[in-house]
Amino acid sequence: MLRRLHPEQPDSFAFTPANQAWAEAQMTKYPEGRQASAIIPLLWRAQEQEGWLTRPAIEAIADMLDMAYIRALEVASFYFMFQLQPVGSVAHIQICGTTSCMICGAEDLIGVCKEKIAAKPHALSADGKFSWEEVECLGACANAPMAQIGKDYYEDLTAEGFAAMLDDLAAGKVPTPGPQNGRYAAEPLSGLTSLTDHDSGKKQYNGSVQLAADIGDTVKRIDGTEVPLLTPWLDRSDKTAKPAPKAKSAPAPKPAAAEVAEVAEKEPALLGGARDGKPDDLKLLKGVGPKLEGLLNDLGFYHFDQVASWGPEEVSWVDARLSFKGRIERDGWIEQAKILAAGGETEFSKKQDG
Amino acid sequence: MLQDKDRIFTNIYGMHDRTLAGAKARGHWDGTGDLIKKGRDWIIDEAKASGLRGRGGAGFPTGLKWSFMPKESDGRPAYLVINADESEPGTCKDREIMRHDPHTLIEGALLASFAMNAHACYIYIRGEFIRERECLQNAIDEAYEDGLLGKNAAGSGWDFDLYLHHGAGAYICGEETALLESLEGKKGMPRMKPPFPAGAGLYGCPTTVNNVESIAVIPTILRRGADWFAGFGRPNNAGTKLFGISGHVVNPCVVEEEMSIPLRELLERHCGGVRGGWNNLKAVIPGGSSVPLLPKDIADEAIMDFDWLREQRSGLGTAAVIVMDQNTDVIKAIWRLSKFYKHESCGQCTPCREGTGWMMRVMDRLVTGDAEPEEIDMLLDVTKQVEGHTICALGDAAAWPIQGLIRHFRNEIEDRIKHKRTGRVSAVAAE
Repeated sequence: MLRRLHPEQPDSFAFTPANQAWAEAQMTKYPEGRQASAIIPLLWRAQEQEGWLTRPAIEAIADMLDMAYIRALEVASFYFMFQLQPVGSVAHIQICGTTSCMICGAEDLIGVCKEKIAAKPHALSADGKFSWEEVECLGACANAPMAQIGKDYYEDLTAEGFAAMLDDLAAGKVPTPGPQNGRYAAEPLSGLTSLTDHDSGKKQYNGSVQLAADIGDTVKRIDGTEVPLLTPWLDRSDKTAKPAPKAKSAPAPKPAAAEVAEVAEKEPALLGGARDGKPDDLKLLKGVGPKLEGLLNDLGFYHFDQVASWGPEEVSWVDARLSFKGRIERDGWIEQAKILAAGGETEFSKKQDG
Repeated sequence: MLQDKDRIFTNIYGMHDRTLAGAKARGHWDGTGDLIKKGRDWIIDEAKASGLRGRGGAGFPTGLKWSFMPKESDGRPAYLVINADESEPGTCKDREIMRHDPHTLIEGALLASFAMNAHACYIYIRGEFIRERECLQNAIDEAYEDGLLGKNAAGSGWDFDLYLHHGAGAYICGEETALLESLEGKKGMPRMKPPFPAGAGLYGCPTTVNNVESIAVIPTILRRGADWFAGFGRPNNAGTKLFGISGHVVNPCVVEEEMSIPLRELLERHCGGVRGGWNNLKAVIPGGSSVPLLPKDIADEAIMDFDWLREQRSGLGTAAVIVMDQNTDVIKAIWRLSKFYKHESCGQCTPCREGTGWMMRVMDRLVTGDAEPEEIDMLLDVTKQVEGHTICALGDAAAWPIQGLIRHFRNEIEDRIKHKRTGRVSAVAAE
């Protein structure tokens, strides 16, 4: 399917500060040098912020991730959730039209959209508040027919109920997402046929709807302040080292720190700047990308011979200051640095030059 | 009938406490560190002995797949990637795991990653599952906070990081190599195999890609024993399974049942039966959009497992049952799947890119009856030219539903064409 950028584009794009922080945190999920992996989540956050995906946004994100613009444009045009044209100011309605929903009445929902929003998909309604499209299976087939509005799934719909929901949205009210026929989640409507003992202590809503109710961002343009930013994978402390609160049958947990023989740290020789102002290209070490090179420079490492001289204690010192524990040994920096410092080439450095 | 005590997903409807404390109260995360201390080989052997076959559609034995991973690292890290890109029409089971019983998946990710020597695991969830992503991330954050993930995960001595990544609406990313491409930040176009992901997968490193449900059942299998799991279902089709039933039943739902349960029993016990009674059944798609449908006479006898359905030239797929009653326009139902595959073809291989459009356009005309009778055979011929001639199985998946339709409902297609031409309705079509 042909998907092109919209002819009219804004002049610029910038993440809000909170979204920027969020985006930078996502980039740490991937190994150094593989930050391009974060492109889909970042493009998506840009769309959540702006409503649709603009060319300046795609290019700004490509710059963040050190990608060629065309690679980012390829991704933006390949994935169908990216809206490459402006959408309704209140909401973009996505009706699931694939077989399960179709045989349960999705065509009636599409009829409602055509009547109340616009005759054609992706066109804005007369008041500019809505747009709609038919999408492929949204994966809530046991709750067919359904639609996605903003972040949420509205399930078990009827044409009348759905039309009333659109009226509510136009009036500034956000209907409660989830099943609209009295169901809790994907259980049989007439009553549980399994897990009857577990029907206790339940919250008001199922997992998805509870979040929608708690956060209240169903059709909101996301600025990043809705939920706190958490990056537990960057925390390298050993939480099991503290006494476990309630270990049932297991004997008292051994302090795990004692099992892993920690090497004492020792500060290596650091430089205030590159000798003769000519730093080595540390990126020739496999596993070091532009970001890690900057970190190493900040610590005071500019030359291969410095890296080559590290012993286990120095490695431990550096490891503790980089957020990529174990990388130095895994990628064999020291062996590589010895070769490079002597003016030789490694398999990896050859590739970089070529 | 499967008892609640033998169900693995005890909070699939989310009615019980969904937090980590609730999961622990239901028996999850019990002695996980001790299971890890039994060693890699023990975990893989248990997975093999349990007879678990992949729950993502192809039904490949999970333990065997794990054993393809290199035993010793050659310096490259190993990865487990969990395929949560649940997009096969009819399939809605993994969503319930991730939003309501996420700790089964998180614990399974730790155990499976350890078995494959992986310190990092990525879960690739489909982009549309925004709340499900939030639910799962909240559960992951809880697990980190409790020391179950991260350094010395669950007191096992194994350092393990679990990352949640998402897609943006491309069915093809459910294909394992397309998923890896997408996870690397590219268009989701499948890779040629070999090399297989176990040799060179994510970032060129040894990688195993498993479905959510395959991973989420692992902790319970290890705790209760391979024999317990293997005790359900017919030989070679072991275990319990989440079934997602949609379409024309009284109560569509997602439910965990034994493998090899008769279709009729499944529908009547949990779904209130077919709307208007069993005799109102017209056809069933037993395993998601990619498998050929079954007409009522076969559905009468159907047993829901890999081997029985394969013998009927259909498949269990993801166990997503789409039920169609007598009022359904079955030609149109399959046409909609053709439209789906045309929309989702990534465009890399010519037979699929062109073939899916071609098949949809002929199906367009079969729906209205605006076709020549010879075109039915021509369409069948085109499906054979697409099938097996593409890098990934999307071409096959586009071909099979049409082949199933022609195999079982040829009369109905012919009658519609005849009716359009003569204006007369034959006895069959007048029902």
